[in-house]
Amino acid sequence: MGWIRRNLVVLAGLLALGYLLLPNLVVLAYSFNDPAGRYNYEWNEFSTDAWRDPCGIADMCTSVGLSLRIAVMATIAATVLGTLAAFALARHRFRGRGAANGLIFLPMAMPEVVMAASVGTLFLNMRIEFGVTTILIAHIMFCLSFVVVAVKARVASMDPRLEEAARDLYAGPLQTFWRVTLPLAAPGIAAGAMLSFALSLDDFVITQFNSGPSTVTFPMFVWGASQRGIPVQVNVIGSAMFFLAVALVLGGQLIGGRRKARA
Amino acid sequence: MTAVAAPAPDVPPPARRRGLTPYWLLLPAVLWLAVFFVAPLFYQASTSVQSGSIEKGFEVTWSWSNYTDALGEHGWHFVRSFAYAATATALCLAIAYPLAYLIAFRAGRWRNLLLVAVIAPFFTSFLIRTLAWKTILSDSGPLVSALNSLHFLDVTGALGLTTGDRVLATPLAVVCGLTYNFLPFMILPLYTSLERINPALLEAARDLYATPATTFRKVTFPLSLPGVVAGTLLTFIPASGDYINAQLLGSPGEQMVGNAIQKQFLNVQDYPTAAAMSFVLMAAILIIVTVYLRKAGTEEVV
Repeated sequence: MGWIRRNLVVLAGLLALGYLLLPNLVVLAYSFNDPAGRYNYEWNEFSTDAWRDPCGIADMCTSVGLSLRIAVMATIAATVLGTLAAFALARHRFRGRGAANGLIFLPMAMPEVVMAASVGTLFLNMRIEFGVTTILIAHIMFCLSFVVVAVKARVASMDPRLEEAARDLYAGPLQTFWRVTLPLAAPGIAAGAMLSFALSLDDFVITQFNSGPSTVTFPMFVWGASQRGIPVQVNVIGSAMFFLAVALVLGGQLIGGRRKARA
Repeated sequence: MTAVAAPAPDVPPPARRRGLTPYWLLLPAVLWLAVFFVAPLFYQASTSVQSGSIEKGFEVTWSWSNYTDALGEHGWHFVRSFAYAATATALCLAIAYPLAYLIAFRAGRWRNLLLVAVIAPFFTSFLIRTLAWKTILSDSGPLVSALNSLHFLDVTGALGLTTGDRVLATPLAVVCGLTYNFLPFMILPLYTSLERINPALLEAARDLYATPATTFRKVTFPLSLPGVVAGTLLTFIPASGDYINAQLLGSPGEQMVGNAIQKQFLNVQDYPTAAAMSFVLMAAILIIVTVYLRKAGTEEVV
């Protein structure tokens, strides 16, 4: 009894973790299902068909490709714009800094559906045709703030004496920036870029309000499928993305750990 | 010397704080947000007082009927949204706190692995994960049978959260989905503020004969308040605008304001009413958050 009371928080925490991971386990398990009907909600028979032919549903792989393309482009643009802004906010004191901070914070504090409907209204009023461009514009808009937050945190914690040392050693401004400032800020920039890649790749709400008939991203495909019948391949893609991400994170930690050990 | 040349806007010279440098650096991002975030809000404000139809075009007629429609016809959508979001936020706090505490204080060398386990589910598309709840909560599934034999569904049924012997297509399923979807947004800020607590303070409380419960009530919880406030906001705001959980896990009786906005915008193409509802939602959230921050009394969070 005493042991249970002492470890109650551990048990409750592990239960919470189970709640968090259960759907992923179900997605993985049902990627090996051979469903009886069009929907993959009930277990029927074990099968590896979907894993052996992930692109058996042609439209789905096209949609994954489109999602990846949009995510890469949105990430590059949001990372460049966000990093520049983060340097300004972390390094400089100037008039209007508070307002700029507020403007960048606001998109993160707004329900997605409001942003989605309002930017959609703009495109409608401007008679801009919905398509890849409109999705991209909206994705850059909401990813930007997250990049700023990630980079700002890193730049603010950088030791300014390192750059002073570089200048004392006769490094020019450009050289100081490329050889000292940028490498120091790189982890923050990488974090911001990864965050915006993940956000853009998985975005549904803003995409749904700003996509045209021919721009079906992967989340849009899943949404449509949830109304018509879901191919098992959706679970394969979901599970594969999960494992890929875990492998990347663990790999990154291993490399980071080894670097730290060497330093 | 290269230093004579004017600094290019995209390469900040860290040494000189020239007056205009920060403005050049900020310009692209601020411009982007001004055109694609702020301007649309104004467009929406103007759309919300327009009338007309998709065929004849829309005109600003200062017709406030869009707002009375939004509140009259869709009043229940708003009530449901905030009720579900508040319930989900409370559940998130109750579920996330032990896990954040576990990672911050009891995990030892497992800490990083646990953090990865919290973040990793994010990488499977959230639509797929939400659909997985259809399997987990299915009428003939083991979970629903277990809840049934424990008479849990009788209790929730009496509370109006479920109907009959099922969980899917009831408010309980929607709240469960919302709680699940936004749980990481509660865990991470809680963990950050718990992790910052100096363990010596907890030791001091013990040395002064505080029971574990008193230590938690008087030391740990107050120190974790910034995380609690940030986490509840990060959960409540997106949850109140969500329409995916209500659509996938609920029935028409559980539709939230997000569903109404989405329908008006994408299906009915009644943009003025959609805009009016978005505005009411935004204003309501703004008021709730302001009152909450006043009450919670922590200003450093945002």
